[in-house]
Amino acid sequence: MKQFITSREAILLAALVALILLVETRFSGFAAPGNLASVFNDTSILIMLALGQTLVILTRCIDLSQASNLALTGMVTAMINAAMPGVPVVALISIAVALGLLMGAFNGLLVWKLDIPPIVVTLGTLTIYRGIIFVVSGGAWVNSHEMSAAYKAFPRAEFLTLPVLSWIALAVIAGFAILVNRTALGRAFFAVGGNPSAAVYTGIDVGRTRFMAFVIAGGLAGLCGYLWVSRYAVAYTDVAGGFELDIVAACVIGGISIAGGLGSVTGAVLGALFLGTIKNALPVAGISPFWQMAISGAAIIIAVAFNRRKDPGRVILKEPAQ
Amino acid sequence: MSITRRIAIATGVAAALMGTTAMAQDNVRIALVAKSLGNGFFEAAARGAEEAAEELGNAEIIYTGPTSTTAEGQIEVINSLVAQRVDAIAISANDPDAVVPALQKAMQRGITVISWDSGVAPEGREMHLAPSSDELIGQTIIKLAADKLPDGGKVAVLSATSTSTNQNTWIAEMEKVMDQYPDIELVATVYGDDLADKSYRETQGLLQSYPDLDAIIAPTSVGIVAAAQAVQDAGKTGEVNVTGLGLPSEMAGAIESGASQSFAIWNPVDLGYATAMLAYNLATDEAKAEPGAEIGMGRMGTATLDDDNQAAMSEPFTYDASNIDEFKSVF
Repeated sequence: MKQFITSREAILLAALVALILLVETRFSGFAAPGNLASVFNDTSILIMLALGQTLVILTRCIDLSQASNLALTGMVTAMINAAMPGVPVVALISIAVALGLLMGAFNGLLVWKLDIPPIVVTLGTLTIYRGIIFVVSGGAWVNSHEMSAAYKAFPRAEFLTLPVLSWIALAVIAGFAILVNRTALGRAFFAVGGNPSAAVYTGIDVGRTRFMAFVIAGGLAGLCGYLWVSRYAVAYTDVAGGFELDIVAACVIGGISIAGGLGSVTGAVLGALFLGTIKNALPVAGISPFWQMAISGAAIIIAVAFNRRKDPGRVILKEPAQ
Repeated sequence: MSITRRIAIATGVAAALMGTTAMAQDNVRIALVAKSLGNGFFEAAARGAEEAAEELGNAEIIYTGPTSTTAEGQIEVINSLVAQRVDAIAISANDPDAVVPALQKAMQRGITVISWDSGVAPEGREMHLAPSSDELIGQTIIKLAADKLPDGGKVAVLSATSTSTNQNTWIAEMEKVMDQYPDIELVATVYGDDLADKSYRETQGLLQSYPDLDAIIAPTSVGIVAAAQAVQDAGKTGEVNVTGLGLPSEMAGAIESGASQSFAIWNPVDLGYATAMLAYNLATDEAKAEPGAEIGMGRMGTATLDDDNQAAMSEPFTYDASNIDEFKSVF
């Protein structure tokens, strides 16, 4: 219990609660359960992407192509839906996930087999995937009246008082909790990031583990592609432009160490929720729109400063001081 | 491969490339620079410009722009157009001042520079073609909201970025005529940055902050679509009317659902057509941009320049359930 209270996650949770209460003083009704549920729903996509990014960052890599991957899969599913409205939503979701996995695998293979630094690989694929959207769509939008009713209804459908979008996010969080804490692959992510050389001696294939992290992050980005386009009921070339930075920011706020090897599922979820709450609070808190960007940036830096790691307690042997 | 062979091949390729550009030099090459590629409005304008080029016979349209709505991206595009030695550049600017130095460089090289849709500061262009007069647009957007609120009510504005030249002017013009509608109260102006998710969230914020809001005016094509979707998702269809400026193809769904009762836009195809005609006439020295000049715009009539070398094309046109089906496949 004491360990929990002093943990980074507990501090972040307290900060999140404080933030919600602060907004409540400026706009009463913000902390109402119904509104918090809608903030969670709005943040669902960011949470899922941040979880995927967490795995990648844990292995000392970074994936900047998630938002482009999301935009491309979103556009492809919307175009299929517009051309063939008869294709069931389940099939479209499968296509989205498969496409996302494929793009993630492409990133992973370049990092694994060609040993190119991940930031270079994903900066490249960020542009490539975004570029392919222009190629497949010819720059044209897919508008809400061209999408089938079922396509738009799925993430909005209510099930036990929460929209399906929220349930999907909850399922992904649960899946990640098991993957990271209870499976050999999950521990391998920490080992590879904590100390790659030591990981090799314990029999872990560093390249393969990184590849798996990129594949999972890609698959989630694909799933989110469908959810995003369906939620906002419009697909255009600039969907989620710049969102990769929000994802990385959510991870950093959540205490995922950019140096790799440290982080938790709870941290990533809380980090995303913190950012999502700010985004939802600013429009209602009566703050001048001219200040909003500066405030949102300042909140990130403050959160990270509070959350600073004093003792980098790695999972496996620390590397010798340079 | 030996060095000499490589050089020989490279020279050959370069010669072939130069050959193709040399052949195209006979045409008047007009670059149409969009705020960003992949926006339905600019795609439609490009189609109009192509139509003008066909009519003119010896004009060629180069439709280009950055992939995101930034002034930096446009400066790069302008520099590459200057390097390609086009005859005219017609730009819808992301920032009125930031692109001025690059455009001045183009004018020094003898390239005709005009702005259209979103203007450039006077020192950076020969003339500006506004799609409509700013006064008319400002009056139209408030009238669209007020006409559906005979008993008065609260309206809010969802704009693009806080630095968008045209949105800010229209909102200012709208505020000037607000006293004609004493029962209409403007409660807030928020900025969705022309991003679907931010516009959606700002709309949600408006609906929460002002539960008795009656209308949202979004003078931006991305914002109006996102606002209509957010109103629909909040179950406020019929209570909150989303109106403003949008494209029929993108707004058809919102009109159908009732989230939007009507909206307005000038015809972007006509705007692209008129822009290409003006650029052609100025580039071929058939007309000169000076205050009071009347320059032909083909089937769109003539543009009369004011003291700032600005001209307006026509009034915005209102779309609602009665005519949306006719126009949604056009642009």
